Amino acid sequence: MVQPLETLTETASQTAGPYVHIGCIPSFAGLPGVYPEDLGLSPFSEGAAGEVVTITGAVLDGMGAPLRDAMIESWQADAAGRYPGTPGADPLVSGFCRFAADKDTGEFTLRTIRPGAVTGHDGRAMAPHVSLWIVARGINIGLHTRLYFEDADNASDPLLSRIDPPARAQTLIAQRTAPGAYRFDIRLQGAGETVFLDI
Amino acid sequence: MTTGRLIPRRRDAHPVPRYADYKTSVTRSPTLPLLSLESTPSEETGPRFGHGLIGPLDNDLIRNFSGGEGLAIGERIRVHGRVLDENGRPVPHTLVEIWQANAGGRYRHVKDGYFAPLDPNFGGCGRTLTDEHGVYEFMTVRPGAYPWPNRGNDWRPMHIHVSVFGHAFGQRLITQMYFEGDPLIDRCPIAATVRDRAQLDRLVAPLDIGASRPMDYLAYRFDIVLRGRRQTMFENRLEGM
Repeated sequence: MVQPLETLTETASQTAGPYVHIGCIPSFAGLPGVYPEDLGLSPFSEGAAGEVVTITGAVLDGMGAPLRDAMIESWQADAAGRYPGTPGADPLVSGFCRFAADKDTGEFTLRTIRPGAVTGHDGRAMAPHVSLWIVARGINIGLHTRLYFEDADNASDPLLSRIDPPARAQTLIAQRTAPGAYRFDIRLQGAGETVFLDI
Repeated sequence: MTTGRLIPRRRDAHPVPRYADYKTSVTRSPTLPLLSLESTPSEETGPRFGHGLIGPLDNDLIRNFSGGEGLAIGERIRVHGRVLDENGRPVPHTLVEIWQANAGGRYRHVKDGYFAPLDPNFGGCGRTLTDEHGVYEFMTVRPGAYPWPNRGNDWRPMHIHVSVFGHAFGQRLITQMYFEGDPLIDRCPIAATVRDRAQLDRLVAPLDIGASRPMDYLAYRFDIVLRGRRQTMFENRLEGM
């Protein structure tokens, strides 16, 4: 026998199911009035420093069909690369957004501030990125991934450089479609499967 | 401890991503390995929500849809517990959100076409912040079991969906709480995605008769454990990473 380890095990995840909107974004789900407004409608307030960018996309299943019930949460730093709640962070950036796939088309839109590069623990800069967490019916544990920007310097990003084969790093790069506008599709499986993170 | 690296997730304590009997998971689960990395500030920070967010009825699903005008139909229950991390420390002031079907097993959602009736006094969502000891509680009605299109005759056991933030984006968790004694749990392919029986058992809330109120409500206890942070003074930089 040995000394018992006094640690606990994380509670098991379960799918968010098709009705996640009721609990997380009830006004979107057609239950207005329970809360004054849905949580995480925007990751910034007007006047926040930095460039406003709009990212559109879809979450696609293994058959290439868009998920019309997916909900995504995003978390990011402000324009200077500071996370909300850390010293000097822009008070007009909450950094957190919840957005859902359109119930008919499956398209989502994230309107946010372009984040700055964040310094990692080792002092190396992480290229500007938005962390994403995806839940839906059929997803048994929420999927973490990141969105990087095509027109940023991503060459030395510590996470992108760990992806093997390197070509898969492209699945985390949002493609610029117009000034301040990007396209980012998330492929759950199959050709072009997005790199998901255990992080 | 609110800073520091997150303890890597024990994936065997979680559901398998692809489970053939839960048909939707087949085309919605990644087939390539996840990229495993040490957490970074991007996962170790996360949104914080203040008490100003929470209205007085937000954690009372019996009354919050009607604004207190009427009471939801169903068996009155109190759901309470603590949010802890893997080091056994309480997670204070964190947002807990729940959603559920009504007593007849019907969700108030445009895509739920089950013919059990909607309850005019039940919306099905609630939220609260844990207190300084990580304690939370909700008042609600026991949700009904309901059929769903999967295999020929699948029914969801009575369950409440639970969403918890913690203090780091990497701690984010959505799970489901089941009820002690429900025979549908062992027939449910969604519950069965958790292959570790002890982990599934921890999703089943016991009747907590001592926390119930005579002539008013039954209580169920549901504790939630989020990822913890590694606690050490030794942090070496890995070569070449």
